[in-house]
Amino acid sequence: MTDTLTPVLTDNWDQDNAWTLAAYEQRGGYEALKQAVRIAPDELITLVKDAGLRGRGGAGFPTGMKWSFIPQDNPKPKYLVVNADESEPGTCKDIPLMMASPHTLIEGVIISSRAIRAEKAFIYVRGEVLHVVRRLRAAVREAYEAGYLGEDILGTGTRLDIVVHAGAGAYICGEETALLDSLEGRRGQPRLRPPFPAVAGLYASPTVINNVESIASVPAIVRGGIEWFGSMGTEKSKGFTIYSLSGHVRRPGQYEAPLGITLRELLELGGGMREGAELKFWTPGGSSTPILTAEHLDVPLDYEGVSAAGSMLGTKALQVFDQTTSVVRAVLRWTEFYKHESCGKCTPCREGTWWMVQILRRLDNGEGQPGDIELLQDLCSNILGRSFCALGDGATSPITSAIEYFRDEFEAGMNTPSSELFPPSASTLFAKEGVAS
Amino acid sequence: MTVTEPGSTEVTPVELVTLTIDDVEVSVPKGTLVIRAAELIGTEIPRFCDHPLLEPVGACRQCLVEVPDAGNGRGMPKPQASCTLEVAPGMVVNTQVTSPAADKAQRGNLEFLLANHPLDCPVCDKGGECPLQNQALSHGNGESRFIESKRLFAKPVNVSENVLLDRERCVLCQRCTRFSEEIAGDPFIALLERGAQQQIGIADGEPFHSYFSGNTIQICPVGALTSADYRFRSRPFDLVSVPSVAEHDACGAAIRIDHRRGKVMRRLAGDDPEVNEEWITDKDRFAFTWSTRDDRLRTPLVRDAESGELQPMSWPGALAVAARGLSGTQPGVLTGGRLTLEDAYAYAKFARAVLGTNDIDFRSRPVSDEETAFLAHHVAGAGRGVTYRDLDRAGTVVLAGLEPEDEAGTLFLRLRKAVKNGTRVVAVASHLTRGLRKLDAELVSAVPGREAEALAGLSLGDTDVVLAGERLGLAPGGLAAAVDLVGRAGARLAWVPRRAGDRGAVDAGCLPTLLPGGRPVAEAEARADLAAAWGVDQLPDTTGRDTVGIIAALAAGELTSAVIGGVELADLPDPAAARAALETAEFVVSLEVRAGDVAPYADVVLPVAPPVEKSGTFVNWEGRRRPFDTALEVSGSLPDVRVLAGIAEELGTPLGIRGVAAARRELDELGAWDGARAPFETARANPPAESGAVVLDTWKQLIDDGRLQDGADTYRLTARPARLKANAATLAAANVEPGGSARLSTERGAAEFIAEVADLPDGVVWVPANSEGVNVRSVLAAGPGDPVTLSDSREERA
Repeated sequence: MTDTLTPVLTDNWDQDNAWTLAAYEQRGGYEALKQAVRIAPDELITLVKDAGLRGRGGAGFPTGMKWSFIPQDNPKPKYLVVNADESEPGTCKDIPLMMASPHTLIEGVIISSRAIRAEKAFIYVRGEVLHVVRRLRAAVREAYEAGYLGEDILGTGTRLDIVVHAGAGAYICGEETALLDSLEGRRGQPRLRPPFPAVAGLYASPTVINNVESIASVPAIVRGGIEWFGSMGTEKSKGFTIYSLSGHVRRPGQYEAPLGITLRELLELGGGMREGAELKFWTPGGSSTPILTAEHLDVPLDYEGVSAAGSMLGTKALQVFDQTTSVVRAVLRWTEFYKHESCGKCTPCREGTWWMVQILRRLDNGEGQPGDIELLQDLCSNILGRSFCALGDGATSPITSAIEYFRDEFEAGMNTPSSELFPPSASTLFAKEGVAS
Repeated sequence: MTVTEPGSTEVTPVELVTLTIDDVEVSVPKGTLVIRAAELIGTEIPRFCDHPLLEPVGACRQCLVEVPDAGNGRGMPKPQASCTLEVAPGMVVNTQVTSPAADKAQRGNLEFLLANHPLDCPVCDKGGECPLQNQALSHGNGESRFIESKRLFAKPVNVSENVLLDRERCVLCQRCTRFSEEIAGDPFIALLERGAQQQIGIADGEPFHSYFSGNTIQICPVGALTSADYRFRSRPFDLVSVPSVAEHDACGAAIRIDHRRGKVMRRLAGDDPEVNEEWITDKDRFAFTWSTRDDRLRTPLVRDAESGELQPMSWPGALAVAARGLSGTQPGVLTGGRLTLEDAYAYAKFARAVLGTNDIDFRSRPVSDEETAFLAHHVAGAGRGVTYRDLDRAGTVVLAGLEPEDEAGTLFLRLRKAVKNGTRVVAVASHLTRGLRKLDAELVSAVPGREAEALAGLSLGDTDVVLAGERLGLAPGGLAAAVDLVGRAGARLAWVPRRAGDRGAVDAGCLPTLLPGGRPVAEAEARADLAAAWGVDQLPDTTGRDTVGIIAALAAGELTSAVIGGVELADLPDPAAARAALETAEFVVSLEVRAGDVAPYADVVLPVAPPVEKSGTFVNWEGRRRPFDTALEVSGSLPDVRVLAGIAEELGTPLGIRGVAAARRELDELGAWDGARAPFETARANPPAESGAVVLDTWKQLIDDGRLQDGADTYRLTARPARLKANAATLAAANVEPGGSARLSTERGAAEFIAEVADLPDGVVWVPANSEGVNVRSVLAAGPGDPVTLSDSREERA
């Protein structure tokens, strides 16, 4: 089974002091940079474009194409901004990556900045993970000392400064334009588009915003080449990626595998469901992606496959829930998250999440009223595609998909509290046995 | 203004884009937003955050439409906010009229907006004129499905003394915050918190003290922002609305007066795209109770010979007493700067045709021969010159002797708009004020009184504009330097006075050298022309005395009587000397709205109507006529023209006009003088000698102790604090500590202020002219450019 795994980004995580420059270099770190500085920027863009790397932050937009949108004739400075504001429920890949091997990201930042001709790059890290901020900053310092950053990178005459910026704890700041506002010191709320960040992003200058994993994948592509990268994954979803397996599985964790692997395979790698547990439902890529069920075990986990199954690959955060879990309660928790994180800018998301939490609470308490399910569906239809940004859309995903697959549980919520139907004590979450040690 | 051609009228062809909205083809200028294109075919898409004068934000999501074809053959998958979507050729848009999806999106959004809305319309100020209420009825579902708990907030919150916030009613459209940031440049209110807890708020200890804060109340599409003064006072449907013009400055801002049962309840901004767009200052909005104070004069008063007290008298009696008192005297006429064009014309004619004198001046402030000549040559009867719109097209606007935010708020906002569009502002001033900073103004530092030197150092292009404020007339050679500057460059010049009636008074001939329509007194032909029109034998041919001359002549006994309009003695160059002069005068007739400081010296006090109770015309700084009708019919409330006509009749020389309409008609028939204009020498005047003393700079802040703001108490609490400003060296030389108390004095008196460091030139000190109980003119008998003594007030006490 281990053949299925393709550790590239995670390859060095088990190394002693993997986060240090010495350890990183020992395993070939910064070799890609040494190659990249001899490659013309436009060729780097073409390389990443041809490799078929797609954004790992959820939307899957081709990374190289994003870079090519930067108008190089614009006299303003160009900026690279790394979105490290990982906050999606269930998503836990970027933070371990930056914790275990910050230099992988930094090397990626340096190469990517060269490609888009940025002399300043920002890593916007979720403010709650101060340990990661510290580790990143230490790594940036090491990179400066080694001459990988600063005035004259490896004697090439090109320069790059990296700023590691800690956010203040808002999910919305993972939305790229809200992130830019926040980075500029403003209130983090999504911006009107156009203009798009590629034209007028950070400080109204051309800006590329990429997810941590996307940028961290760049050195490997430079080192391994297009063919090697394309040897993994599927036709339209090339390469390797980190799947974050969590929930009622025996060995939760990060599994780096080619795009297109199935949950069935990943579950096998993860030791299967916990003792006595049966797969009930799961998210393919965090709470903003519609849930799937056991019937989707063999859906290829790439952009197209998951989309065809009616969901989205998202951040590949596979939250796995077993039969002891109340769907209604899980959806309530997620909706409470969206209500708490809605930035407030637009009406449907702000008011809709406030409203739907109250309906879901009622259903969770067994006090649902006739018509509540239809009301939830209708409210979701009034939010989906009507909000200012994707946060509102994401808030509807768990609700509409849960009603689609588990309508009977919502109907039971008219009479019976979820705590009776699914006593928390029965959840393997609280069982002492069956958890891998 | 006359100096150059009237504004360019060339029309640049507009590129049109043709699209289809609700199956109707429409062509609109490129860049038009779909929401406004739809208006052109008669479809009103509901909206809250959208405002045509604010940047699009797309926050409320109310204006969603379906776009089956974006103009490229492809449809847009999601409904689009029509307030942020620009039209494209071939675009197809289906609004709620033709698209069930758009209709559902809008209904759904309204339901969301109302979910947390208190629905307290019956007690809400906005009820009856509320976009949320209206659109909920026109585009919402009759019933809400929301049966859960609404979000609760403590309320109201005072974002300023004047503006109250009800956070529960707020729909978070951000119109108020966007106005404050984009238009006024006072971002003192902002969004706080997030999600359903998101709210408008202020920083601790930083209230919403903006001169333009009231506009946020008006553009709030719900009842979230209310004014402390108007709150719970009336219902919109009980109000009678009358369009009018603000009387507080020379901007001519359009306003709407809402009254009920003979009482003005509130004033709102009128909509005039050429002048104030949809904005007015807080002064224009909130300061209107001055004319109904307890000291309002309702009946003529005549001084009783025995008791020496003013006693009420009938109109015929009082007019007869006034006529008797004036006959056989040598009168001077001071009209003040707040008259309408028609009333000013009545004074001008009354002085010449009835009293037989050219001793008339509207300027209740320091004057100069240079200014008199400038007004005669460049302003009087010149019609419309530089316009608000011209400022947008100007490359550079030079401000001299003018602080627009304090002295011409509407102009300030238009300048801010122009600056956003690329106009550069250069200010010849003593320091960069908050207002000038908001204009990104470049400071050309000038000691008050020495502006001429700074202007001489500038060079301009032919698209540029110089705005000369009233204070530039006090600087020797200032106006000459401005005329010279624009002359060299082919640029344009406009005179921006402070008071609503100033420009009209110039046109009407309330100047010692000028007859109506810019006719020079010195021109025999002009006098003959006018005498014929007025049906009198001849007009006085000697140049009259100006304000200062009239007061001096009264004191010296050369003039023996005075007819005084709306003049506050405290505004005059030397208020004490003016009081002494009126004391000396044999006979004083005062025409006033409220008992003022002329009344104690008056033999006859004749009540006249405030603007709200009469019709008339203000001529704004552009030279644009701003006519208004009577808002409140009050019996016995007479315009000045009617009162003067009454005196004239008693004198046996009828004025020939008895009302506002007749005065306007006669003035229009006279037309402007088409002969040679009075000369204006641009020879350089000598700048004031360096005295070594500290030089005073001062002007009136927008919100201050002015009598036209009496009664607007909450509004006045938002005034800027009275601070003395000087640079650190000047303060140190006087031993004054920043933040400490400073004393400003002349031989005539002294006043104390808290001192603040600012970027003034060495040896210059600025204080507000009439704030926090200190009228600088009254206390110090000093004004801009005058020497004063700055000292540490602690030493004085010790």
